[in-house]
Amino acid sequence: MTYANSDTEFRQDSPMAEFLRMERMPHIWCPGCGIGTVVNAFAEAVKKSGIDMDKLAVVSGIGCTGRVAGYVKLDSFHTTHGRAIPFATGLKLANPELKVVVVSGDGDLFGIGGNHFIHAARRNMDMVVICVNNFTYGMTGGQLTPTTPATAQASTTPYGNYEYPFSLPSLADAAGASYVARWTSLHARNVTQSIREAMNRKGFSFIEVIAPCTTLYARRNRLGDGLNALEYYQGDAEIAHGADTRTVDIDFQGKIKVGKFVDREKPTYLEAVNERYANVLGDEYQLYGKTQPEREEEARREAAARELEAERMRAEDEAMDEQEGA
Amino acid sequence: MAFGTIKNITGVVTINWNWCKGCGFCVGFCPTKALALSSEYNAKGYHPPYVKSPDDCRNCEFCQTICPEFAIYVRKQEEEEQTENEHA
Amino acid sequence: MSMPKTVAADPKGVLAGYHFLDGDHALAEGALAAGCRFFAGYPITPSTETAERFAERCPNAGGLFIQMEDEIASIAALIGGAWGGQKVMTVTSGPGFSLMMENIGLAAMTETPLVIANVQRAGPSTGLPTLVAQQDMMQARWGSHGDYRAIALCPDSPQECFDLAIEAFNLSETYRVPTFIMTDETVGHMHEKVVIPPADKIKVVPRNWYQGPKSDYRPYKFTGKDVAPMVKAGDGYRFHVTGLTHDERGYPALTVEQNKKVVTHLIEKIDSNADKIIRLEEKDVDGAEVVVVSYGITSRIVSKAVQDAKAAGIKTGSLRLITIWPFAEKRIRELAGKVKAIVVPEINYGQMVLEVERAAAGKCKVISVNHCGGAVHDPDTILAAIKEGAK
Repeated sequence: MTYANSDTEFRQDSPMAEFLRMERMPHIWCPGCGIGTVVNAFAEAVKKSGIDMDKLAVVSGIGCTGRVAGYVKLDSFHTTHGRAIPFATGLKLANPELKVVVVSGDGDLFGIGGNHFIHAARRNMDMVVICVNNFTYGMTGGQLTPTTPATAQASTTPYGNYEYPFSLPSLADAAGASYVARWTSLHARNVTQSIREAMNRKGFSFIEVIAPCTTLYARRNRLGDGLNALEYYQGDAEIAHGADTRTVDIDFQGKIKVGKFVDREKPTYLEAVNERYANVLGDEYQLYGKTQPEREEEARREAAARELEAERMRAEDEAMDEQEGA
Repeated sequence: MAFGTIKNITGVVTINWNWCKGCGFCVGFCPTKALALSSEYNAKGYHPPYVKSPDDCRNCEFCQTICPEFAIYVRKQEEEEQTENEHA
Repeated sequence: MSMPKTVAADPKGVLAGYHFLDGDHALAEGALAAGCRFFAGYPITPSTETAERFAERCPNAGGLFIQMEDEIASIAALIGGAWGGQKVMTVTSGPGFSLMMENIGLAAMTETPLVIANVQRAGPSTGLPTLVAQQDMMQARWGSHGDYRAIALCPDSPQECFDLAIEAFNLSETYRVPTFIMTDETVGHMHEKVVIPPADKIKVVPRNWYQGPKSDYRPYKFTGKDVAPMVKAGDGYRFHVTGLTHDERGYPALTVEQNKKVVTHLIEKIDSNADKIIRLEEKDVDGAEVVVVSYGITSRIVSKAVQDAKAAGIKTGSLRLITIWPFAEKRIRELAGKVKAIVVPEINYGQMVLEVERAAAGKCKVISVNHCGGAVHDPDTILAAIKEGAK
C-alpha cells in the first residue's frame, strides 16, 4: 500500500512515531527546508545508538530550527533567543545524568547567542550542539546572520552583504570545542554518524549542518528550490576529515568542506570541578551529583557501553565494506 | 560468495499523500530511481511521489531520512507484510 | 489553595549557630538552608559576596556553583537548573537585574520556581555602584514585558536576609513563580548577629513533585487557583516547556483564547492568594494619626523618626512592608480610612508611594519623603513629614 489508509494509521506506523510528537504533525517548516532532514538524522542517531530516551533532553532557541524542541517526544525546552546553551548548561549541571542536545539555528547560536557558545565550548561543557546553518534568520523574514556569505542578499542587506561571516568550525575550534564536524543536510547519514559519535562522547561537541532555506535565503538570492540546493551540496561539498579549521570558510555558493575536523579528549567541566575539589578538599568531598561508589560503577558501565557502541559502529563499517567488496 | 546466491532486499514504500510538500528530494536522490512525481495534486497543490518501479526499491531508507516532512518511509518486504497483517 | 506541607531542612546546608554576618553572606546561608544546591551567578557590586560565599560553601553541602559569562546566561542557567530538578538562586544588582528581565519573563511564563536577590544600588545605569538605593522596586513588578506576577520580599537586616531567603524559596516552590529578594547595599554590607537555627527547626517547602501516572502528567493547570505539580527532566515524562503561549500540555497554542487562559492564570495564582503571601510588620498602628509605611533599610531610620514623633506628641505608627509584591493594598486602603496621613520614605524618587496613593484612593494625605540614591535618610526629614501629616 503506497499511500497510508488514513492519517491516523500513518502516524502510528511511521518509524518516527516513537520520536516525534505525531499529534503536532504536520509541522510549520517550508517545502524543501533542511530542518526536517536534520530531525530525521537525529532520530536515526538516537535509535541506532540505543540511548535511553528518557534521559535525553533537547533544548532549542528561537527561530525555525528552534521549533525542533516542540516536535520531539523527549523532555524538551523551547527557550529565549540565543539562550539555549546557558539553559542547557543549567539543565546538565542540575542533573548530570541527562544527555543534553542543543538544536538551534545559526542566527540564534552565533548572533545573539555567540557569547554563550564560546564560553560553553571553552568550558568543554558536556553537551551536543547541532547548528542548522541556513545562512539566514528565516523565521523573521530572511535577515543576515553572522554566517551569511559576503555578497549574498538578505532583507537587511538588500544591496548585498558587506560583512565578513564567521567560519563556525574555526570559531568552535578556537573556543576550545573538543569535537567539531560539519555536514550538509544532503549528507544525512553522515549527520547521523556524527550525532551518534557526539552523543557517545563526553565534552562539548559541535555539529554544523548546512541546510537550505528555500523561502528566504534561496529565493532572495535566486538559488532555485530545495532540490537545487541539494544539488549544489552534492557538487560542491568536499569531504575533508581532519582539515585545519582555519581553511574551511564558505564563500557565496562556493566549495563547502565537510567532515569531522576536531575530535580530542579533554576533561569536561564537571570532571574538572570534581577533580579540583577532590584535590583540595580531600576525602571529605563528595563528588557532585553522585557518591563515589556510584560514580565508579557508572564510569565502569559507561566505558563498557561506549566500547559496545564503538564495536557496533565498527561492525557496521565492516559489513558495509564487505558488501561493497563482494 | 557467488552472485547467484545474493538475495535482493526489497523495500515497500509508504507515503503520506497529504503531508508531502513536493520538494522532490526523494525522487531526485533515490539511488535506484524507483520514485517519480505523480501528475496528481494533493490538497495543498503539490505533486506527491509515487513508486514508479517498486521492484527497484532496495530499502536503503534514504527517502525516509531526507524527507523534510516525515511523509515517506520504507520497510523491508517481510516487515511490511507483517504490519499489514496486524492492521487486517 | 491549601498551605503546602513543610519538611525539616537538609542539615548539610545548615550552618546552625550564632554568627556575625553581613546581609550578602546571610543570603547565601539562607539559600543553602532552604535546599538551594545550584547557583549560577555573575559578579556585580554590591552583591558579589553572596556568590562568593555560595561558591565557598556549596561543595560541602553537595551543591554546585558556576560563574556564568553574564547575567543573562546566569538566569538562563537557573531556569534550566530548575527543570533539571534543583532549587536555584542567583544574586545581582540593578544593571544585572535589567539584563535578566527577558528570562524572568520566561520563568514567569513557564512557571519556573527560582529566587533572584537584587542588592540594590544607586542608578540609573552604572550609577553609584557601591552605595545604597531602593530604586528597582517598580522594576521588580513591571520589569519584564507582558502581563505576569512575581513575588518580592524586602529584608531589613542580615537576620532577615537569612529568614526571607528561606521564605522566598518556599513561596517560589508553592506558587511556581520567580521570587525576588529586594535588599540593598546597606543591608547587604552591614554586619549583625545572625542566628541560624538547627536544621530540624527550619521549615522548608519541598518541590511539589507529581505523583500520578506518566501519561496523565500535564505541566500546567490553568483552571482554579493552584498550580500544577512539577517534574524534572530525565524521569521519563517527556514534557515540553516553551515561552510561547501554550496549553496545559505545554505545547504551543497561539490563539487569543489560550493567551487569555494562560495570562489570567499567571495573574490569578498570585493575586487570589495575596492574603497568604503578604507579610507586614505593624507597630502602634491602632489609633495612630500618622502611619509611616516603609521597607528595607529605610525602616531602620523610620524607627528613630517615629520615636521622635511620639516624643513630640504625635500618635505615630509604622507599617513595614516585608512583602513588597503583591502589594498590601487591602491593608493600606483600610488604614487610609482611619489615619490623617501616611508618610512613605524611600531611597528613590517615589515608587512604592505610587502604590500607597493608589490604594489610599484619596482617603487620607499621602506624603512621600524621597531621597536620591547613595545614602539613607536623615531621620529629621521623615520627622518633618510626620509633623506635616499630623497637621
